[in-house]
Amino acid sequence: MFPKWFDKWNRENPTDIYGPAIFVGSIVGAVVVAAALVTLGQPAPTDSMQTGPRGTGMHVPEFVSDLATPDPDIEGVFEDPPYIPEDGEDLAKDVYENVQVLGDLTDANFNRLMNAMTQWVAPEEGCAYCHGDGDLETYGEDTLYTKVVARRMIQMTQGINENWDGHVNANKQVGVTCYTCHRGQNVPSDIWFRIAPVETAAVAGWGAIQNRATLRSQYTSLPTDALEAYLLDYGRIGVHDLDSRVAANPADPGVATIQDTERTYALMNYVSNSLGVNCTFCHNTRAFYEVAEVTPQWSTEQLGIGMVQDINNEYLVPLKDIYPAERLGPIHADAPKAACKTCHKGYQQPLQGLNVIKDWPELAASGAPVYAVPEEVTANE
Amino acid sequence: MFSVEYQNIFTQVQVRGPAEMGTDDLGTLTEDRTTWAGFSKLLGWFGNAQLGPVNLGMAGVVSIASGILWLNIIGINMLAQVGWSIPEFIRQLFWLALEPPSPEYGLSMPPLNDGGWYIIASFLLLFSVMAWWYRSWQLAAEQKMGKHVFWAFGSAIWLFLVLGLFRPILMGSWSEAVPYGIFPHLDWTTAFSIRYGNLYYNPFHCLSIVFLYGSVLLFAMHGATILAVTRYGGDRELEQIIDRGTATERAALFWRWTMGFNATMEGIHRWAWWFAVLTPITGGIGILLTGTVVDNWFIWAQEHNFAPQYDGSFGYEAYGSYEAFIGKE
Repeated sequence: MFPKWFDKWNRENPTDIYGPAIFVGSIVGAVVVAAALVTLGQPAPTDSMQTGPRGTGMHVPEFVSDLATPDPDIEGVFEDPPYIPEDGEDLAKDVYENVQVLGDLTDANFNRLMNAMTQWVAPEEGCAYCHGDGDLETYGEDTLYTKVVARRMIQMTQGINENWDGHVNANKQVGVTCYTCHRGQNVPSDIWFRIAPVETAAVAGWGAIQNRATLRSQYTSLPTDALEAYLLDYGRIGVHDLDSRVAANPADPGVATIQDTERTYALMNYVSNSLGVNCTFCHNTRAFYEVAEVTPQWSTEQLGIGMVQDINNEYLVPLKDIYPAERLGPIHADAPKAACKTCHKGYQQPLQGLNVIKDWPELAASGAPVYAVPEEVTANE
Repeated sequence: MFSVEYQNIFTQVQVRGPAEMGTDDLGTLTEDRTTWAGFSKLLGWFGNAQLGPVNLGMAGVVSIASGILWLNIIGINMLAQVGWSIPEFIRQLFWLALEPPSPEYGLSMPPLNDGGWYIIASFLLLFSVMAWWYRSWQLAAEQKMGKHVFWAFGSAIWLFLVLGLFRPILMGSWSEAVPYGIFPHLDWTTAFSIRYGNLYYNPFHCLSIVFLYGSVLLFAMHGATILAVTRYGGDRELEQIIDRGTATERAALFWRWTMGFNATMEGIHRWAWWFAVLTPITGGIGILLTGTVVDNWFIWAQEHNFAPQYDGSFGYEAYGSYEAFIGKE
């Protein structure tokens, strides 16, 4: 193939070309990769939101591609402005039977809200999901558990908007509707049931509530009873001593132990995952407990914890006997409960901070709804 | 042209003669040794190609026996926790643990299923480690060696005893001990730091990190230096110590030119020994003080002007907004 002189020269001048080839090839390959990263940019770029003073490393990182993708559930939010009631219009309590909560709505607004609730909670089943397959005359009956639960949920939504304004509207007016949790599903995603203890036959006490890969522990080996301890039973989350030296024995009740710390840590893991954030969204991690160094979100979160305790204890847990067995928890047959992720679904703000309440003054507070006079009427000048 | 030869990364030349079975001056010393010795080329790349004999001795037998009991108590407890299901045991292995007693039992003996097995297993581990520690003295004595390995191992045992024995007793509860489990012991470590106000502000933790990272640095510097002068016989360190040759001169010159100071062929090993030994000694002191003498290291550090205060406002104006972050502003 090659001329004879070439083969002869090669025979007489044996040279190791493989060593240098690997060496040069590695160098050139590294240069090409480095040049590509510099000119084309890194393939998975990130952005970060600063949450604390410069130099403290307080920030929430996200992939740019994730930030560019809006929450797909936003598409399910629809506009349906209220009909401004006129004097003398019939109210729902006059037109229909057994209207206990929404009786002060006009007929048009009542049906507007009923239609919206169908879209939010039972788009496939329709009215029948709560009212059954009977004629319109039977719609006043409380025969289905879904209707009894829905009534209480309307009160809960009103209660959240009315009493927990400090959490829900901490950044701006957004409010909550049925859709904030339900997202078109009969049962909202990310509800929770009690699962602790995870084992009772071989172990008791501290060892029995943890050390399993469970959803409730965010797949960590941390305790599985954090949500029930803090978001149901009003447990104390803080574990720190606020003096450098405090006399206490971990065997005494009321003294925060390493075990309590792990439980708090499990709750914090849950909150982080629910909001898609990290520790420094709320805390300066050099001193987790130090309220002088937390971010504004920390205060919002404090109110959120109170709100979830209220939701669970006032509204959700008392419904336990209303539910059929298949809606109850798989282990303790307890009522389904809510927590951060039931609304947030992994976003810093549910539905990325969309104002969902503006068309629904009926859900914004208990009692007769207050309708804002449309802007066209007042803005004359 | 040039060629790249990494001739010192692995041992290239393996000289192999009859197996070295060790001295037996009195004719009785082989009683505690195994009689078998083999060779492995793979082992020879990293160390001595000869494998065996082992001098286990009575202390070694006791140590291994109690150690196996300790490990099996943990394993069987874990297996019981998953209903004796082997697939579940494998799936959850990194999550499972044998936990110390619940806090309410204090220093009393708890029920077997709430830390009792933990106490029994820990007692066996203590016995096992102590027997192994004694063995490291015994074998050194038999060779008429210094007891440096014994004392170095002792420093690790100090940290082990602080974590599992001294500190729980001072705290008044066995619940303070570390669980036996892969992830659970890491949970404990995190929780321990958080509970006591951030262990990074514990000065003995700082010292321990210094000695740990320092050990790594010294080890790399020493290993690199010796490998770099093996071509002049530098890997025969003992000969170089008593009869300094050009390998030592070059290595010393290299570091003196680099930073003005060099360790000696002997002294570098004292550096390495002290750095390694001081890592668990200082770490153990730090753990022992935590919860017993200091309950919040961050506040302690502020009281001692060790943790900085921020000047002026907390800088809210620099914070990003969520709307800007998701591109809605």
